[in-house]
Amino acid sequence: MPTLDLLPGGRPKALLHPVVLKGVSRTYRLDAVDVPALTDIDLVILPDRFTVISGPSGSGKTTLLNLIGCIDRPDRGTIMVGGKAVQTMPDDALSDFRARQLGFVFQNFNLLPVLTAFENVEYPLVLAGMSPNARRARVEKLLDAVGLSAFGRNRPGQLSGGQRQRVAIARALARKPQIVLADEPTANLDSKTGSEIIELMRSMQQRHHVSFIFSSHDPKVLDAADDAVHIHDGRITSIERRLAMAETSA
Amino acid sequence: MSTLSLAWRNLLRNRRRSLMTLIAMVLGLMAVLLFGGYIRDINYGLQSDFVRRTGHLQIQHKDYFRFGSGNPAAYGIRDYERIIAVVKRDPVLQPLLPVVTPTLQFGGIAGNFAASVSRTVFVSGMVVEDQNRMREWNDFELRILSRHLSLSGTAPDTAVIGTGVARVLQLCAQLDVPDCESSVVASTPQGAALPADIAELATTGGAPAKSAAKAAPDTARPRIEILASNARGAPNVAAVSVLRAEFQGVKELDDVYVGLHLAQAQRLVFGAAPPQVTAIALQLRHTADIPLAQGRLDELHKTTPKDEPLVVLDYETLNPFYRQTLSMFAAIFGFIAVLIGAIVLFTVTNTMSMAVVERTAEIGTLRAIGLRRARIRAMFVSEGIVLGIFGALIGIAAAMGFSWAINQLGLTWIPPGRIEPVPLAVRLAGEHGMMLVSATGLVIVAALSAILPAARASRMNIVDALRHV
Repeated sequence: MPTLDLLPGGRPKALLHPVVLKGVSRTYRLDAVDVPALTDIDLVILPDRFTVISGPSGSGKTTLLNLIGCIDRPDRGTIMVGGKAVQTMPDDALSDFRARQLGFVFQNFNLLPVLTAFENVEYPLVLAGMSPNARRARVEKLLDAVGLSAFGRNRPGQLSGGQRQRVAIARALARKPQIVLADEPTANLDSKTGSEIIELMRSMQQRHHVSFIFSSHDPKVLDAADDAVHIHDGRITSIERRLAMAETSA
Repeated sequence: MSTLSLAWRNLLRNRRRSLMTLIAMVLGLMAVLLFGGYIRDINYGLQSDFVRRTGHLQIQHKDYFRFGSGNPAAYGIRDYERIIAVVKRDPVLQPLLPVVTPTLQFGGIAGNFAASVSRTVFVSGMVVEDQNRMREWNDFELRILSRHLSLSGTAPDTAVIGTGVARVLQLCAQLDVPDCESSVVASTPQGAALPADIAELATTGGAPAKSAAKAAPDTARPRIEILASNARGAPNVAAVSVLRAEFQGVKELDDVYVGLHLAQAQRLVFGAAPPQVTAIALQLRHTADIPLAQGRLDELHKTTPKDEPLVVLDYETLNPFYRQTLSMFAAIFGFIAVLIGAIVLFTVTNTMSMAVVERTAEIGTLRAIGLRRARIRAMFVSEGIVLGIFGALIGIAAAMGFSWAINQLGLTWIPPGRIEPVPLAVRLAGEHGMMLVSATGLVIVAALSAILPAARASRMNIVDALRHV
């Protein structure tokens, strides 16, 4: 286990194990039939890594991502995110926790269509009660980082798929979360744009020292991952640690 | 961006649907306001009518209103001239009261002995000049004023009777009363001349009656005799010259009404005894001054002799029809308002429900990025409120426009209980209270309408919402 010193950028020791799952199971009920989506999952996600949860369709990777993202609750087991047991948190506390600690990037971008790119990135900061000046500075910085400085006034409908996903990435990073969860972020993008998005997320992960957790079966995403969690029929089949632990804090 | 700003933008997403919802709200509010304005105008018209006839307040013997109509002498005000003088001189009341006038009302029998017919009547004795001034009251700026009394400037023994009285007394031809042909053949006159004893009473009626005869009666006008019980319970008769027959608005009153000069009425009831009146009518400049005037009258009443127990009644008490009419319209208004409120409620609920379904994935996203359930609820309720605010503003503007147009048409109608036509008007200008209450009601209904869909949105399972296509 790594020591509990501060990481580069002054990040606290609690981030060393941003996600720990123990004995987690999740079953859905479809009509009258119970369908197990995850069974007895034990998993540790290491900090500041590019982690991919990989597997075929229906393997349970999105369910796993939802549980880590605190938007679903397990039937059994414990989930520690950022050092907190989230499975028993009350709903409002969990909402606040998600707002503070987690960022989301969705397959369909899920931007608010009535807001401009700038406002979409700004919205989480508005909810956080940040001052307008501080918000503006933060959003401009993020839009610049994702290469969309010139598109701040555009609404999602006026942006390409790749641009929308960039805005989504900027929004996910707006509140400086510990973890960004991305569900099939390249699924709706062409190959070239997908590669650019992966590259962007990679650079953002390194720049912001954030743990990125993906669910994807895109080989490009898999290739870019530091760690890969392979899942099949709701069970983890293997975990590839491609980056030595020491490199995490290097 | 604020919650309201976000709500506004969300409403603009489906403009046609928002517009249709807005139109439903505007039409609903317009209907409520126009009907409310119409009722308000009726209220002012009725109030003006009653205030012009009976004044805002009346000082009466404390039991006259309940028991006195059959025996005015027993429930009269003896010292009425002194009371009127006190009221007119009072520094508090003086600026409030343009008219203070005595009236005497009693029941009797009117007869046309030449035709051998008679009927019971209700006699109203009045100071005609004061009554005419009362009829000029127009605090609500109604476009049609009451006519001055026909008795103006007539001899003291002149009377005006209801058209119903004229028909029964077979005075239709002389008084030009319409609709007078009867299928029942009138009985042959049995008393071509007034019996001698009655004629004696009619011409003397005590000393004052003789003085009344000083004013030369118009012999061309039909004459009737009015028989009443005097203060001692004995019959007394006065012969009066009928100026004209006038419809009194309500058949029940029209069939019994006889209007006389006060002096003539007093002679009939009190003869040579000191005259009394049954009421002192007080008309205020403004209806809103009633509590002030009433309070002051109560103070003054403490100084009146204890053997003359008086009471001050307001026009609403004196005219139960006024309250009944307002209650009826209030009930109709309430029914319509509830009906329209229900329509608006279902319309907005439908709009919001559709919006929730369409934006399911968006709701999931917002919940995922940390919005609490309460915030999701607030978001949709805000949309309802924004719709309500716009509906209220546009509805008020539209209602004002329509009311102006209706008022310009110059339509008139004769409401129940009135003699003269009144404008069919919708009174919204200046009715800020009514508009504010209606508009606030609309906004509240719109907000309530959004609560159910908003609650459904806030309860959504995040994962299911995100999966929604």
